[in-house]
Amino acid sequence: MTAETELAFSTHADPLDRQVGAPSGPGVRGWLRWLWARLTSMRTALILLLLLGVAAIPGSLVPQRTSDPIAVASLIRDNPGLAAWYERLGLFDVYGSVWFSAIYLLLFVSLVGCLVPRARQHWRMWRRSPGPPPANLARLPSAQLIELDEGAIGIDRSAELLRRQRWRVRTGDGWVAAEKGFLRENGNQIFHFALLGVLAAVGVGALTGWQGNVVITEGSGFSNTLTQYDTFTGGRFADVDGLPPFSVRLTDFAVEFERGEAQRGAPREFRADVEVSESPGATPQRRTFGVNDPLSLDGAKVFLIGHGYAPRVVVRDGSGGVVFDDSVVFLPQDANFTSSGVVKVPDADPQLGFRGLFLPTATIDAETGPTSLFPAPDAPGLFMSAFIGDLGLDSGEPQNVYRLDDSRLEQIGLKGLQVGQTWQLPDGAGSVEFVGFDRWISVKVARDLGGPWALGFVVLAIAGLSLSLFVRRRRVWVAAADGGVTVGGIARGDHESMADDIAMIADGIQPQAAREESRR
Amino acid sequence: MESQGLAELSNALVYSAMFVLVLAMFAFAASFAGRRGAAQVVELPDRVPAAVGGGPVAAGPEQPSSVDEEEPGRRSGNIGLALSWLAFALLFGGVVARGLWAERVPWGNMYEFSLTSALAVLGVFLGFSTRRDVRWLGVFLIPLVLLTLGLAVTVLYTEAAQLVPALQSYWLVIHVSTAIVCGGAFTFAGVVAALYLVVAGAPEDGWRARWAQRLPSAERLDRLSYRTIAFTFPLWTFAVVAGAIWAESAWGRYWGWDPKETWAFITWVVYAGYLHARSTAGWRGRRAAWLAVAGLAVYWFNYFGVNLLFSGLHSYSGV
Repeated sequence: MTAETELAFSTHADPLDRQVGAPSGPGVRGWLRWLWARLTSMRTALILLLLLGVAAIPGSLVPQRTSDPIAVASLIRDNPGLAAWYERLGLFDVYGSVWFSAIYLLLFVSLVGCLVPRARQHWRMWRRSPGPPPANLARLPSAQLIELDEGAIGIDRSAELLRRQRWRVRTGDGWVAAEKGFLRENGNQIFHFALLGVLAAVGVGALTGWQGNVVITEGSGFSNTLTQYDTFTGGRFADVDGLPPFSVRLTDFAVEFERGEAQRGAPREFRADVEVSESPGATPQRRTFGVNDPLSLDGAKVFLIGHGYAPRVVVRDGSGGVVFDDSVVFLPQDANFTSSGVVKVPDADPQLGFRGLFLPTATIDAETGPTSLFPAPDAPGLFMSAFIGDLGLDSGEPQNVYRLDDSRLEQIGLKGLQVGQTWQLPDGAGSVEFVGFDRWISVKVARDLGGPWALGFVVLAIAGLSLSLFVRRRRVWVAAADGGVTVGGIARGDHESMADDIAMIADGIQPQAAREESRR
Repeated sequence: MESQGLAELSNALVYSAMFVLVLAMFAFAASFAGRRGAAQVVELPDRVPAAVGGGPVAAGPEQPSSVDEEEPGRRSGNIGLALSWLAFALLFGGVVARGLWAERVPWGNMYEFSLTSALAVLGVFLGFSTRRDVRWLGVFLIPLVLLTLGLAVTVLYTEAAQLVPALQSYWLVIHVSTAIVCGGAFTFAGVVAALYLVVAGAPEDGWRARWAQRLPSAERLDRLSYRTIAFTFPLWTFAVVAGAIWAESAWGRYWGWDPKETWAFITWVVYAGYLHARSTAGWRGRRAAWLAVAGLAVYWFNYFGVNLLFSGLHSYSGV
């Protein structure tokens, strides 16, 4: 091994931390080679890495479609000019934007370009190593001359000693070379390749996974088919036709809220009791799930995402016939579950529609009107405003179930109801009875094949990272010298000292008498 | 009432710890002022925190015992250290009493998290002090601990309460405790890196020169912050991953670029950048140290800034 490679080993410089000069070689190929060398240089990789960190910042400042679509919609409504610019720059979806993707893809290309030659170099070193002692062994820092009557014995002893301590040992004519800590570089490579694995697993998960969201009220349920979901997204290669055929029915949903002074009204417990059928016709099984405790079903998971109230109303027409009898999902508007919703009664003639406010603990505030004081249903109240006319359902256009199109409706009255009360609508239009309420939950059903793989790669990455940071890579040589042997070594890493290793060898090969002398 | 007694005990212990820390800060300040020119003379032999082999510390030419009396500022430094240990014990008691009062791990809101963070910074500092001389750092680190505690008892104080369902998980213990320990170590490393920036290439005279006389060499500062970050970085990786595993069971996804997640990622990237910068030509030294300082800033922004300015799934501040 030449002195130059020894030097490369002894500095803490990266072997690939090379200076990239001006383009060399003829024409396009020279330029391409130069560009590749530039891209795969450590400096470029570092800048790309830091750039990735900077590029992630706007995603925390601007609302993201993926995490907060409501905030995005309200920003577009309130500030269309700014929103248009955000849209153009991809700021509503930073982590899926072209520029963010470009940075991390370039970073990973640079990484691969760095890693592959480095792995090759490491492999060569692994096979060749350890080499004979350098000519300047005695001049290495902390090198020591150990006086021995017979140098050869010192050589043999140190070889034995080093082998026992699991160094890689090679002996030659009048010298021993030993090396330790190859795992440092192995760990480094495992770490970086495992990061590629994480990216691949996340990518595969996104392409093959699917997820659906659905709202279910107590007593009802859903089957795991596309049509039953309120929203559904599937990856490009997701097997959407082959969704596992389970179905879930919500029998009961229990919520506890804090009643003490501190954090009054904060949720304390959620528990959803469900009946699950693995396939149509199978015997339903009772299961329970909640936050931090998702339901695992046939490779998919059911997560509890949200909850709320669904007041139950019975609507009768002018002749007293029941035209509507159901619980209707109302959406919570605040932490005390003031919930708003819409009841549409297309079967009445003329049609009836209601805008409603459900208040679990109702009160009338002098300034803000009907308000809920507490999220639990201590004094449920339903405030309704009734409309009569045409609901506009026949046009065939899909309607939002949470909104009432009042363009062809006429408002006929307002009323606050307690449970069990009935409101006789004016002009004999019928009646509304507030029967009670059910609870609803919104669940997310998802399958992500990439998740376990990503976790596996992450574990591998942490293991590799720890090896690369904590294993000390070092080399020692023992060579015959006048009047004894010279012990010297070099360590790779930050100002690592070989003093301990050299002292260990010196201690091990010194004659018994000298050792006792030195101890005294 | 017993729980009320625990609440008062916890608060009393926290206030006592703060009082003792103020005294410690003065002691360290006196020590630092007295250290003029001392740094060059006395450098305790440097040991790796997780030293392998465990051989005896090589005795230098000077005998440490004889230096004891001579080194200026050593005595007040030792007083500062003793007071810091006392404050650590008091604060530890305060955190434990808080947990007993709340009948859960005391990491449910920003007040509790800040108490434990201050404890972690103090703990990392004192842990290092058992292995090497870090008395010169006290005057810089203790004010940060005091600032954190001051914010905790004034702005962030909240009564103990039970946890929301999303926090009711054993991952709270794993994820939050690891993040807190990382915060302590990052703070330690960041302050050391900032001091490196003062010392490295300090001009012949001026305040930087005077500080440089009182501080260890730039090389030692650099090494100290590097080793701390190198040790903490895998732990931080683990903390982020533990958070992702928890997020999956609580919110139904591993990673959703919630502001807290985004800034945890940025923190990770900056420290990864730091570790790479130290082996990249043109980035060693000052630029790398700036990254260590930036990493600390990002970590603390993720704590104070994201909790108080942004709304997201991690909004548990209780403020």
